[in-house]
Amino acid sequence: MINTTEKTECYHCGQACSDDTFRVDDKMFCCYGCKVVYGIINDSNLCEYYDIESHPGLNAKNYRKGEFDYLDEEKLRKKLLEFDSDDFARTRLNVPAIHCSSCIWLLENLQKADKGVYKSEVNFNRKQVTIDFNPAKTSLSALAELLDALGYPPRVTIDNPESKKKQASNLVTKLAIAGFAFGNVMLFSFPEYLGLDPKDQSLGRLFSWLNLALAIPVIVYSASGYFTSALKSFRQKQLNIDVPIALGLLALFLRSSYDIVTHTGPGYLDSLTGLVFFLLIGRWFQGRTYETLAFERDFKSFFPLAVQRVKDDRVISTVIFDLKKGDRIRVRNFEIVPADSILIDKVAFIDYSFVTGESRPVKAAAGDLIYAGGKLIGQPVNLIVEKETSQSHLTSLWNSDVFRKKYESRYRKIIDRSARIFTWIVLGIAAITAVYWYFYSPKEMWLVLTSVLMVACPCALALAAPFTYGSMMRVFGRHGFYLKNSDVVERLSVIDLVVFDKTGTVTHGQAPQVLFEGELSKEELSAVKLLTGFSTHPLSSIVNRSITEDPSGTVTHFEEKPGKGIEATIDHREYRIGSAEFIGFRGYIKSTGTKVFVSINGEVKGHFLVKAAVRNYVKAMLHRLGERCNALLSGDGNTDLEAMKGLFPSSAQLKFDQRPIDKMEYIRDQQAKEQKVLMVGDGLNDAGALKQADVGIAVTDDTGLFTPGCDAILQGEQLRHLDRFLSLAKSSSRILKIAFTISFTYNAVALSFAVTGNLTPLVAAILMPVSSISVVGFSTIAVNLVSRKLC
Amino acid sequence: MLIVILLISISLSIALLFLGLFLWSMKSGQYEDTYTPSVRILFDEKKEKSRDPDKNQDRKKV
Repeated sequence: MINTTEKTECYHCGQACSDDTFRVDDKMFCCYGCKVVYGIINDSNLCEYYDIESHPGLNAKNYRKGEFDYLDEEKLRKKLLEFDSDDFARTRLNVPAIHCSSCIWLLENLQKADKGVYKSEVNFNRKQVTIDFNPAKTSLSALAELLDALGYPPRVTIDNPESKKKQASNLVTKLAIAGFAFGNVMLFSFPEYLGLDPKDQSLGRLFSWLNLALAIPVIVYSASGYFTSALKSFRQKQLNIDVPIALGLLALFLRSSYDIVTHTGPGYLDSLTGLVFFLLIGRWFQGRTYETLAFERDFKSFFPLAVQRVKDDRVISTVIFDLKKGDRIRVRNFEIVPADSILIDKVAFIDYSFVTGESRPVKAAAGDLIYAGGKLIGQPVNLIVEKETSQSHLTSLWNSDVFRKKYESRYRKIIDRSARIFTWIVLGIAAITAVYWYFYSPKEMWLVLTSVLMVACPCALALAAPFTYGSMMRVFGRHGFYLKNSDVVERLSVIDLVVFDKTGTVTHGQAPQVLFEGELSKEELSAVKLLTGFSTHPLSSIVNRSITEDPSGTVTHFEEKPGKGIEATIDHREYRIGSAEFIGFRGYIKSTGTKVFVSINGEVKGHFLVKAAVRNYVKAMLHRLGERCNALLSGDGNTDLEAMKGLFPSSAQLKFDQRPIDKMEYIRDQQAKEQKVLMVGDGLNDAGALKQADVGIAVTDDTGLFTPGCDAILQGEQLRHLDRFLSLAKSSSRILKIAFTISFTYNAVALSFAVTGNLTPLVAAILMPVSSISVVGFSTIAVNLVSRKLC
Repeated sequence: MLIVILLISISLSIALLFLGLFLWSMKSGQYEDTYTPSVRILFDEKKEKSRDPDKNQDRKKV
């Protein structure tokens, strides 16, 4: 028997159930969505899902039918299917909701829910599911809908990361070959290290030839990246860091081959292979850190990939790029208008917050032009496309120069500049040394020359930056702060000013807290819901969303007075919703926050208290930032001015009613004063400002949410650590400088030994990886020590 | 001398074999997902029949 008190948790998602409205047999559900998901799982005999882990589901939203119809559009289908034939097809879908072993079980048993599925396989780390299915029996859209219905909505993106993946696996192959050769060459060089008997000379020669055979794939394949890069830099007449490396590698290889072929020595192939191996490890490490979050996606992902086009009274899915002027399209609630279009229906409410930053919906009437990027709120409408998407208002906004700004990394500049100078200095020193030794002792000239070229190669310099910034990036990633690349760490370290956005950044994004104080019957609430639904004021929509009753009532009179409120008559009762003054309320209410009063037939019934909740611990963080905390730029009205005054330190300017362009210009002004600006926003309506800033951070409560043009994504709850992230970035810059110093010292000391002929190439070659390892080890350990503060 | 050459060729060919195996395993995608197989192996193949839901609840609590 089951104790009734234990049943208050939702059987599907584990959230608390408010009452027993949603129940099946003895199982309780918190909402209709969860109950529906359970129904599907139960009908498909998949209840084992609930055995593996308790409450495995995620709180389910209501899904709508037909949402994924566009996937069957031929062009998209081709892109999404890895293999396609009459009775077999394979697709790989991203399913961000995968989070536990129950998910794996459920998603690998899809064939029980859809007979058209042959097999499905989950890749947990990539959050992907690969589905083999029979296209004759089921379709891509049906599969996507099934996943959605089960609570695992697939995220469809057209760009394929295949090429990147291939590059990474290519690098591992190179690394494997270099490591293999390194180990074996070391083994064959061992007799050489210990000294060979003169009578074993032939054996030594055999070993040398074997070494050469092993080193050829390393130089030709594993190290090929350095040679192509060096060659490229030669062609562009700009010497980069790869030139000395390539030169050193080439000198080592040629010198060793010469030695081996002429039987004058064993060569230095152990050093060569080791060098390549360690260099590639550095590259691989760097690549791994990049992989943590692949986000700079095509901005097109913002749009629904296809729209519903109305043709001959039938609705068909069309890819947005195929839209032509004059096409009729249908846009549903919360869908983004894909192209500038003219409204056919009587009325529509469009939320342009994505384009303009203004969160209140705009009312459009028949014949009005609706701009691309606007989000429809409410009833579905029909539109006629006026401009093709490629030239529309929105695309031009995104294509503005701000989005293409390139930042040249300072450390890379230092490296490249020093490499340019270094290369010439090294070549000069090498030439002078060679000339000197040619006259002094021509026998040793080659040896000394090789030592100089090898020891001067600033490999540790090249490794220090990716390792330091790379490990810092990983530390950040572990704490919910994802950077686009390691350059961002460097840019973060020089930030002078921090500018914040309000809604969704300092305050929680969704669902401002709405409390009703007073008394309203269910009927009256329904009427308020109906009336607020008519209004476009943001407060109306907030109040509207907070009421759970269905709208009902017959409206005989309706008037909205701007800045005051709504006046309406429903079922012969006069409703007034709005400000205290408008309602005629003269009392005093102590609580802070915006109030919306309701009166019926002149009698004040109470008020809605709207509070945008500030994130936890943000105040302390803002004060720790102190002087650096420069401004709050909010797109909303100044209703929260008092609350924000209390929150921000006095140094910060508080600006309200800012359009995105204002935000961008504010940042540009600060930058004109030689200040490095960090912008923290929600990434939707302040995309331009994020891109304009030296570093743009998008705060999000859902990492699946895509934001273009930002440099980093910060999880909402981690905003309180922002100041720590900044100081860590500073520390890592300091660590890098120390690592640079160590590396330079190594090179200088070793070079002085090499020039005087006191350093044999063998010692030089051993010194090289040792210096690299010590620099890398230093930076990695230092970063981890410094970042312990964070937790 | 001969024995050294023999040993070297054996050691090299074994090392090459392992390198080849590693490259093959990488190409066949064995390193793409290191988590799912460990979970997958624990799933029981069950006969499809309607099970007593109460039993599930009890098992879950264990």
